[in-house]
Amino acid sequence: MSALLEAAGLSKHFPARRGLFGGDHGVVRAVDDISFSIDNGRTLGVVGESGCGKTTTAKLVLGLETPTAGAIRFDGRDLAGLDAVGRRHYRKSVQAVFQDPFASLSPRMRISAIIAEPLITNEAVTATDVRRRVLELLDLVGLPQRSADLFPHEFSGGQRQRIAIARALAVSPKLVVLDEPVSALDVSIRAQILNLLRDLQDRLGLSYLFIAHDLAAVAHMSHEIVVMYLGKIVEAGDARTLARHPKHPYTQALFSAALPSHPEERREEVVLAGEVPSPLKPPAGCRFHPRCPHAMPRCAQAAPALIQVEGRMVACHLYGT
Amino acid sequence: MTAEPLLSLENLSTHYVSQQGSRVVRAVDDVTLSLNAGESLGIVGESGSGKTTLALTILRLLPPAARIVSGRLVFDGEDLRTKSDSEMRRVRGKRIAMVLQDPMASLNPLFSIGDQVGEPIRVHEGASRASAWQRAVGLLKSVRIASPEMRVRQYPHEMSGGMRQRIVGAIGISCGPRLLIADEPTTSLDLTIQAQYLDLLRDLQRRHALTLIFITHNLGIVARMCNRLAVMYAGRVVEQGPVARIFNAPAHPYTQALLGSLPRMSDERERLTAIEGQPPDLASLPPGCAFAARCPMAFARCAAEAPPEFTLGEGRTARCWLAAPATARAPLSAHAVGGEGGAHAEGIGG
Repeated sequence: MSALLEAAGLSKHFPARRGLFGGDHGVVRAVDDISFSIDNGRTLGVVGESGCGKTTTAKLVLGLETPTAGAIRFDGRDLAGLDAVGRRHYRKSVQAVFQDPFASLSPRMRISAIIAEPLITNEAVTATDVRRRVLELLDLVGLPQRSADLFPHEFSGGQRQRIAIARALAVSPKLVVLDEPVSALDVSIRAQILNLLRDLQDRLGLSYLFIAHDLAAVAHMSHEIVVMYLGKIVEAGDARTLARHPKHPYTQALFSAALPSHPEERREEVVLAGEVPSPLKPPAGCRFHPRCPHAMPRCAQAAPALIQVEGRMVACHLYGT
Repeated sequence: MTAEPLLSLENLSTHYVSQQGSRVVRAVDDVTLSLNAGESLGIVGESGSGKTTLALTILRLLPPAARIVSGRLVFDGEDLRTKSDSEMRRVRGKRIAMVLQDPMASLNPLFSIGDQVGEPIRVHEGASRASAWQRAVGLLKSVRIASPEMRVRQYPHEMSGGMRQRIVGAIGISCGPRLLIADEPTTSLDLTIQAQYLDLLRDLQRRHALTLIFITHNLGIVARMCNRLAVMYAGRVVEQGPVARIFNAPAHPYTQALLGSLPRMSDERERLTAIEGQPPDLASLPPGCAFAARCPMAFARCAAEAPPEFTLGEGRTARCWLAAPATARAPLSAHAVGGEGGAHAEGIGG
């Protein structure tokens, strides 16, 4: 299988300021030296709590932030080396669907104009071609053709998310970044959208970068999962293996904190003490050690490397030498 | 546990009426529920199903447009519907407390934590400011906030989201209520912080013999925290009973569909069982069962006549013709069930 997108040693640091005119006071390492890849037609799930860097990762992939260090390769080409035409092509190939379909669709535009906008700005197409494509896209996401002439307020949340998906697909992308695509929707609507996303993946061979805090949804949708904590990848591997037998103590705590799907589902509950520390002053050594139930003296001194453990990558001193 | 339930609602209805009286939204319609002391009840429903209105009805904290139009509301042997506003003020915060979803919005940014946690104690028990502060320190400790002596002097912006939510919890239990209503208490929290908070609530429930009502859209919270469940759809309780029994064998097609639509960690399924269509508009409900248009098992009678609440034994009820005694059933007919992807739903004005 060929990698569609590869991130190698990717970092994004933001300068932190104090006060109105204060100078730089350190940096926030929002994403710190992470590597991952997304294969054609596959889904990579990213999980982690607030401040873990998953949104920054999505922005880096979308080209909305430039990495401080490291590289992203798409279809084998380094993004940093692309010329204007190459960048334009990249922007077309990577599209996004965001969390809140009430905020992401302009209330003043008709659905046809919303869906056609990326098409018109990116390609030289005739008006009749645009119309034909819009109707095709509506069909693809399961909306009736008459939707084209309506406004967003005439649709429910689930239908709006279908419109947002149609817009993302307008320029035939290869990779779609899905940032919490169902968490703003009603429970009975979520399964419709998740099913639609899977069908579209099968039909169009799309790759997804799927970001969500609902671990069961991520496990259901993803082929591989990356678990992040304070800007670092702590564990990565096959979705099913990782969800069932997490190795890193943080992954174990996170998956045990996920709510059960049945009242008789009993599992070991690992309730972590404390909260995620400030990314401005991450703990030395392993960033998870102050909250880790298995912390050892060396965890405070040396950051563990990401190593291969039983078919997945884990960054923890409990494993390896 | 006493024989008399702590809270009992009988055929309770709350409607929102527009100014001209032309539009009536039946937000809570004919709800019958009872809850014994020490139990924890999960009320599950989608947005607009009436679950929050039901909570506000129990507290009589409804907005001006809403009216409790019928039914009985008995708490601890007293009919709350007949109480005056000033009598209700002595119930709220003291005997029934509520924890809201957004801890940032429920704390006042201008008052110290000590003042806010101590306020109910001063109001309900007439305690002095100094002694209320003393009690606040103890309450913060009981919600596991480190160095509470320092924290009482601080302000909400100095706390993290998880701490704020625990402070709101401390305010909730400050006067030793018998019933605590938590409305989506963890939606704004991260997973590991949510686990901490649920763990804390369970601990408080044990130590203070609290009766809990969880208002949530999340069946996982119910599975972890509750022993009883009421499922609401379009203002009505469509199914209720012991949590484990409902999860094992849901009686109402809506509950079945809801449980089937949840992704699971151990999923082998390629596709989830989606519920097609949209929830109905509460201002113009169909004459029959409100779920009929989305129900895969609907038959002719469902569209014509709303099912009453059938008793299934073991404290279970369901509002579905399929749960009726066999004589009440009619043969299946070609009742329309929507096509692909909500295309037929209300938004498109077809």
